[in-house]
Amino acid sequence: MIEASALTKRYGRFTAVNAVTFEVRVGQVLGFLGPNGAGKSTTMKMIAGFLSPTAGRAKVCGFDVETHPIEAKKALGYLPEGAPSYGEMTVRSFLEFIAGIRGLTAESKRRRLDDVIGRLRLEGVLEQTIDTLSKGFKRRVGLAQAILHDPPVLILDEPTDGLDPNQKHEVRRLINDMAENKVIVISTHILEEVHAVCNRVVVIAGGTLLADATPGELEARSRYHMAVSLTTDETAKARETLTAIPEVETVEIDPQNQRITAFPRKGQQILMAVGDALRAQGIAVRELQLETGRLDEVFRNITQSHLREAHA
Amino acid sequence: MKPILTLFQRELRSYFATPVAYVFIVIFLLLSGAFTFYLGRFYERGQADLEPFFQFHPWLYLFLVPAVAMRLWADERKSGTIELLLTLPVTMGQAVLAKFLAAWSFVALALALTFPIWITVNYLGDPDNGVIVTGYLGSLLMAGAYLAIGACLSAATRSQVVAFILSVVVCFLFLLAGFPLVLDLFRAIAPQSLVDAIAGLSFLSHFNGISRGVIDLRDLIYFLLTIGFWLYANAVVIDLKKAD
Repeated sequence: MIEASALTKRYGRFTAVNAVTFEVRVGQVLGFLGPNGAGKSTTMKMIAGFLSPTAGRAKVCGFDVETHPIEAKKALGYLPEGAPSYGEMTVRSFLEFIAGIRGLTAESKRRRLDDVIGRLRLEGVLEQTIDTLSKGFKRRVGLAQAILHDPPVLILDEPTDGLDPNQKHEVRRLINDMAENKVIVISTHILEEVHAVCNRVVVIAGGTLLADATPGELEARSRYHMAVSLTTDETAKARETLTAIPEVETVEIDPQNQRITAFPRKGQQILMAVGDALRAQGIAVRELQLETGRLDEVFRNITQSHLREAHA
Repeated sequence: MKPILTLFQRELRSYFATPVAYVFIVIFLLLSGAFTFYLGRFYERGQADLEPFFQFHPWLYLFLVPAVAMRLWADERKSGTIELLLTLPVTMGQAVLAKFLAAWSFVALALALTFPIWITVNYLGDPDNGVIVTGYLGSLLMAGAYLAIGACLSAATRSQVVAFILSVVVCFLFLLAGFPLVLDLFRAIAPQSLVDAIAGLSFLSHFNGISRGVIDLRDLIYFLLTIGFWLYANAVVIDLKKAD
């Protein structure tokens, strides 16, 4: 379990992280979302015990990272931003070094090494020095290092950055596999990742925590939530028809692909009404879809409105 | 204790993972040989001792030891591995100590490889081997003091070159502190007690005593305190600078 309370980091007059408070429990995969420079990495570094907070405190599995750093670090697997590792070492000797520092016994060391090497498909590069590896393999070595001691808490700073789509998929599967009995925090600016692995999202911008919700709840904040979009050959006629429906607030047409989107009035269901109206007018619909909401739009709204307030 | 050992082994191995270690050892051996035989006039003196060998160590270390120390922390900061290292379950003290001990052991190995000169002097004459042993001890302690300075300054920057130059300068000041050149300058403006204090900080005066076979507890304590002070400063500097 991770508890951050009023976690704050200032550099001189600049506040990188401003009184961020949240809690993550076992089984939760928390996605840390935010624009670049929002304070995601700084927050993670404070929880991992690398940076000391200016104010506030962080606890990992009940251990305050400032007063009981060794206990907290033992409970933690951490992948720093950019997945740094010792380039002159071979993958095998690097992982054995980590196992040694983590104090694994000979028996559990062999078992854990086999496990992570298998999970991250590192068999083929074990004897290669890390400097000679591709970006994808380097990232996987970093992940292997973080999960080697099977920690109850995992903090991964941009775990899929620089990976190709296949590798991304594998890393996400790995995270999903481990999610059930661990506390996992990942930072990302890739929104699709949130859908793929997270069951909770925290949005942070300008060092301030702006939203804390499930991906579904965030999507519900989108104006696209429960909107109906469709494509048809009779765009103009369809637009007229949809605008006439009382539950529909507005109708928009995407100038690029002529896709029509009908937005509902607050709290209204319009799917059935739209279907009935189109059928009544005899408009042939090529394809029709109920929107769940667009995370990128919500993300922009949340972070940019914060920026506007900050400038105002 | 266990984490220190693991870190120590990793560090020491990393020296030999690249050609740097071999280049260093070869240059150290060549230079110490050249100094001893040409500048020190080892043969011409006609004395069976290693004074001409040890007397150049302060100057040899001035450039070679900062070269060993410069990568200790600057490299960790540049590659970002410092974040990995300091989020592993090790204390700052353990990390600082393990890295220092690894570098010191490496220099000790280079020093130990000068053993042929010891054999030579025993073959040629009948030296006082006790003096030679204390000479080696003094040389090793002085190398440790140089290294501790280098390690601390290496933590202050990401650039190994900057770390190297800073270390050479600071080590040079500690070396020169015992020379008339510096002392005369201070004598003109400062009270005698301060001049004595500055002279007391010099590597040279403490090393000269030990290398002549006189083990004065004060010299030993001086070097150990110097190492301790700079390693403590090392930890403080890392704490201050790790964020940027």
